[in-house]
Amino acid sequence: MSLTSLILPLLIIGAIYFYLGQHWGRRQWALGSVKLHSLPRYYGFWTGLVATVPALLLLIFLSLGDDFLFKSMLKQFYPSDVLDGDVVVRAIAFTKVMNLVEGVRFGVQEPWVEAAASAWIGWQKVADLVIASVTIGCSLVAGIFAYRQISPTFRARNGVERIILWALIACSSIAIFTTIGIVLSVLFESIRFFKLIPIQDFIFGVEWNPQFEGAERAGSGGGTATYGMLPMFAGTFLISAVAITVAVPIGLFSAIYLAEYASLKTRSVVKPLLEVLAGVPTVVYGFFAALTVAPFVRSVGASLGIEVASESALAAGLVMGIMIIPFVSSLSDDVINAVPQSLRDAAYGLGSTKSEAIRQVVLPAALPGIVAAIILAVSRAIGETMIVVMAAGLAANLSFNPLDAVTTVTSQIVTILSGDQEFESAKTLSAFALALVLIVVTLALNFFALQIVKRYREQYD
Amino acid sequence: MTRSTDGGLLSSQEAAERVAASLKKRGRSERRFQYLGIAAITCSILFLVLLFTGIFSKGIPGMFQHYVTLEVFLDKNRMDPQGDMSPDSLYTGDARGLVNESLMSALGNPEGRKAKRAARSILSSSSPSRLAEFAVKHPELIGQKVAVKFAVDDDIDSFMRGFISRETPESDRRINNQIIEFVDRLNQASLISYEFSDYLFSGSASRDAEIAGIKGALIGSIWTLGVCLLIAFPLGVATAVYLEEIAPKNRVTEIIEININNLAAVPSVVFGIMGLAIFIIAFGMPRSIPLVGGIVLALMTLPTIIISSRAAIRAVPPSIRDAALGVGASKMQTILHHVIPPALPGMLTGTIIGMAQALGETAPLLMIGMVAFIVDVPGGVTEPATALPVQIFMWADFAERMFIQKTSAAIIVLLAFLITMNAGAIILRKKLERRW
Repeated sequence: MSLTSLILPLLIIGAIYFYLGQHWGRRQWALGSVKLHSLPRYYGFWTGLVATVPALLLLIFLSLGDDFLFKSMLKQFYPSDVLDGDVVVRAIAFTKVMNLVEGVRFGVQEPWVEAAASAWIGWQKVADLVIASVTIGCSLVAGIFAYRQISPTFRARNGVERIILWALIACSSIAIFTTIGIVLSVLFESIRFFKLIPIQDFIFGVEWNPQFEGAERAGSGGGTATYGMLPMFAGTFLISAVAITVAVPIGLFSAIYLAEYASLKTRSVVKPLLEVLAGVPTVVYGFFAALTVAPFVRSVGASLGIEVASESALAAGLVMGIMIIPFVSSLSDDVINAVPQSLRDAAYGLGSTKSEAIRQVVLPAALPGIVAAIILAVSRAIGETMIVVMAAGLAANLSFNPLDAVTTVTSQIVTILSGDQEFESAKTLSAFALALVLIVVTLALNFFALQIVKRYREQYD
Repeated sequence: MTRSTDGGLLSSQEAAERVAASLKKRGRSERRFQYLGIAAITCSILFLVLLFTGIFSKGIPGMFQHYVTLEVFLDKNRMDPQGDMSPDSLYTGDARGLVNESLMSALGNPEGRKAKRAARSILSSSSPSRLAEFAVKHPELIGQKVAVKFAVDDDIDSFMRGFISRETPESDRRINNQIIEFVDRLNQASLISYEFSDYLFSGSASRDAEIAGIKGALIGSIWTLGVCLLIAFPLGVATAVYLEEIAPKNRVTEIIEININNLAAVPSVVFGIMGLAIFIIAFGMPRSIPLVGGIVLALMTLPTIIISSRAAIRAVPPSIRDAALGVGASKMQTILHHVIPPALPGMLTGTIIGMAQALGETAPLLMIGMVAFIVDVPGGVTEPATALPVQIFMWADFAERMFIQKTSAAIIVLLAFLITMNAGAIILRKKLERRW
């Protein structure tokens, strides 16, 4: 609460200091007696930035930090059974207190909850006051300091530019932090999962039957939970294989035709149309797969006398194949266009037809790039979520028959993690382990594709 | 020179004959190859056409629905017992009775409980609140008899569209013969009309197909995209400027570049998992809020924006930088005043394309709980919300026939937004981008 309402006052203080600094610079400028190092506005920027930036950082740090402090201070109110209880018990106790703090009341609460809630509200008031006075004080003092610091010889522009530089560096490092965040968050939860379920059972297990511990304890789950990822791996592989079988021939031949045969006009019409396939949201493909393609595949199967599951891997794979056609075609198109014309001319000079030149000269030269494009398309297919969630079902069959219903890594992750869940159960944690596998596989494929391009690329110039 | 099979040289005449003999075959294979290419392109375009006709053939009817026009007497005392037109008073009032009475009189006042129940099931259960809303909007009409349009129940709507057949035995049908007779009677009196659905854009999530709308989801999407834009655009542009203009070619820069490429390759669902683990579990932020959704989508679209912004910066010719430096600008002044402004259209184009990507993304939002059933329209970035693609995902799961049409209609709205954004990006690029 204090975070958003304090930003505006800080910005106003910054604006005032900016004005003061600039005004000082302009006055010196007008006097003309001394030579200023920087333009007047840089003095304004310097005072304004010094007044706001540290105060804003302090504000963010304090308002993120106060909840943690309160949580540890709350412990003194907990009765002993809560303190001795496991994480879930403590989470429930904390929720009870927070409900009261937010004014949500369900019946009569224990006295300690009332006491803790009123203490929390008191702390919150103190903390809001402290944060407000500290940040505004810091802003005012820093501003005065900066204002007194400026003089005609003061290098204001260099100072301002240094601040901008550091801001740019901070922004660029977000990419690093995001990657670290992804890897660490998934890794930590996975390690907790592997403490519950041995890693070899997870990797080599052939049965996937996750259950909530509650259901297990109550005996309603029917058997114990098993966490073997092979059925899902097989399902992912199967659907991706169908998708690639659809996408590679269509994508590759489209790319060859567009790059070598098509007139400029055809190309300018067809290429954007193919790109549209990549721009359609995946949820739309999922809807299409579940509603149109799956029943179609099923009825074709029925008319041929073949039993097809209503959520077959074939239907999901077909639609996913359509989705990744543009990835294959546009990457291959670029690679084919990058093959120098001199190679084609040489082939024509030896009397080959256009298709012979393509098959025997252009494609071999473009092969590393095409392989890389296909690998990237595979990685796209493995990570694709919505189509399989909506069209592939949840039955964890270890099957390589595309007419069966299978499930995939991504659809299991979505099923486990969407909606409410207890964070401590092995079932929830298993989703993080699956995500770890997903990250490792997609990044490995990506790395592999890059290496192929790097190693086998022909340098023509 | 072509060698003969025994290793000796062929005469030029013999070689020419051989080539001539093979020409026909080679010509055929040339044509075959070309046809394969045409077939591949036809295939993909056929898929595209199938996809769009499938969606539009269901979605356009999904934007319309059947209404019954009834003459309702807006009885002040019964509708508004407290007499202050406050929501409280209106909802305790007897709008239901007024609607039912006028429905019964339109049907010739059927006798018997069964017939009355059948008659009541024709109208959507939301009809009383629709009447109350009408009264609030037109206070001057209170005390008069006015014609008000009420949505019919989704089963009746399916029947009117022919999805429920009269020939089906009564026991297998969702609506009985009595209802069909009443509907026919209303139809003969031409009280039933087929019009553009006013619930589609103004209604929120509902289990009743006839009153479900995308308003809440659309506003949720706008909040989420707003957060996403505010975070992703400055971060993306700053990163691109740093990497392209300032960064020394060293180990750190290399690591940043590798990380950006990795982020572009990570499946979108993983970003959702990260959002769940960091923002919701570790930071204790609430679930289902556009703020978290926007942050997650921002991190996801960051690589797109960075890559296109770098391309835009690279397109600014070095001579401009040299000129600025030559007249005494500092490095930072050169960048801020002479490199970023001409590169801005390209950066904006990339940002719009990234936002379009974010608008269509579903999986990460499912992970952070934006899949909840939320009836209220979100009023800010910290209120529970859902997003348009997630709404489509949820509706696609509902079994009612009419939801298929509503879902397709929502998809059309989503596609319209995406097409507008992408067209905007193309126009921006054509209009503002300078060729040097």
